[in-house]
Amino acid sequence: MKFTEEHEWLRPEGDIVTVGITTHAAEQLGDIVFVELPEAGRSVSKGDEVVVIESVKAASDILAPLDGEIVEVNPALTDNPALVNEDAMGGAWFFKMRPANMADVDGYMDEAAYQAMIG
Amino acid sequence: MAEPITTALKRTPLHGLHLRLGAKMVPFAGWEMPVQYGLGVMKEHLHTRAAAGLFDVSHMGQVILRPRSGRVEDAAAALERLVPVDLLGLKEGRQRYAMFTDAAGGILDDLMVANRGDHLFVVVNAARAEHDIAHMRAHLSDACEIEVIADRALLALQGPAAEVVLGGIAHGAATMRFMDVGIFHVGGAELWVSRSGYTGEDGYEISVPADKAVGLAGVLLARPEVEAIGLGARDSLRLEAGLCLYGADIDTTTTPVEADLAWAIQKARRAGGAREGGFPGAPRILRDLADGPARRRVGLLPEGRAPMRGETLLFAAEEGGEPVGRVTSGGFGPSVDRPIAMGYVAAALAAPGTRLWGEVRGKRLPAAVAELPFRPNTYKR
Repeated sequence: MKFTEEHEWLRPEGDIVTVGITTHAAEQLGDIVFVELPEAGRSVSKGDEVVVIESVKAASDILAPLDGEIVEVNPALTDNPALVNEDAMGGAWFFKMRPANMADVDGYMDEAAYQAMIG
Repeated sequence: MAEPITTALKRTPLHGLHLRLGAKMVPFAGWEMPVQYGLGVMKEHLHTRAAAGLFDVSHMGQVILRPRSGRVEDAAAALERLVPVDLLGLKEGRQRYAMFTDAAGGILDDLMVANRGDHLFVVVNAARAEHDIAHMRAHLSDACEIEVIADRALLALQGPAAEVVLGGIAHGAATMRFMDVGIFHVGGAELWVSRSGYTGEDGYEISVPADKAVGLAGVLLARPEVEAIGLGARDSLRLEAGLCLYGADIDTTTTPVEADLAWAIQKARRAGGAREGGFPGAPRILRDLADGPARRRVGLLPEGRAPMRGETLLFAAEEGGEPVGRVTSGGFGPSVDRPIAMGYVAAALAAPGTRLWGEVRGKRLPAAVAELPFRPNTYKR
């Protein structure tokens, strides 16, 4: 598993990468009340705003970590946004994408580096 | 005099307690304040409605207007020059909501005014305290001493269990009615208590000497009904209660009538009243009362689950057209379990049930105009 400075986690499996946010990020955001997901099939560029997360307090954007295509989104989050607070690293994944270049994943931090970043 | 170069955040007497309770502290109106504790905004909000929440609101400005004549009615008459509210009709031991208006009828701040027998006690917003104190000094000094109370904290105890909790330590607090004020002696501290708040719940605001504040907060928090509640839940609670936040829902660009605060302008200050007008912006505000305002603050219920935050533009149709209004406060209401908002819309579109569209991230999402509050207030009238 890899981690971005934006507190996303990336789990590569075959030619697909599953993306979510870290438990640390979910704690910082507070109680999530709404998640807006992209459409499956959408082509995205690294840095595009692809997911909107709203907590009681504020809205935050999740950025596409890689160039590629969104192939699947997590329908459980639409019905139960609080899942992000309960299971950020597992059941509350946001989307799966097919990266244009799988090797780009390697540029991100490993867990030790991420833990060091958040202190 | 040069401007001060430091902008250190001010701390309330409860600062150390907040840290011990694990609060997340944020800058707010020049103060370092707890935005949430361990429970988080959602649970803090729900706990306040289910039992009781304790809020540190010591950042708010506490001011005594002491009449030079010794007659409280002289202070009331003086303050009436600045607010469209009947203060001569405010009885001893009672409190009233008011707003400072400007010459154009806009709102400079909203405030609470209590008649405490030989003086008025005023509570103003933290972000406007400096302005309001200068404003009162400039306009009321002929009639009143303006005493800024810097050695007291202000706590709010809100929720259905507030009465039994405070009543247990302050004999007589339980029999106060909404907007009553009184003085209670508890544990060697003189408490200035009002039965009021900013949550839509029954409850109290308690002014306590700074050196007794941590002790009082500890006594209250020791009760199983009471949890510490941060500014995050304070905001979602007041939004559900349909209460205005100065700087968001009301400011110098909104008049009291537009803001749906005409209820706070008593008959004595209206056209034909005993003391008609006589406050800044009276021509505009009396005209708004007579003719109806061109726009009005309303509640909004977004139809989907996406919150509509402040500044969201409102439209009368799903496509095209110019904006017909704007959201001024919006978010998620934990007790109503849905997104809620308040905003200003053209008067013709202000009827409950009117369907509007808010533009959220480039998409127009439907929202219905709704009655305020979003859930019934539970004041002990």
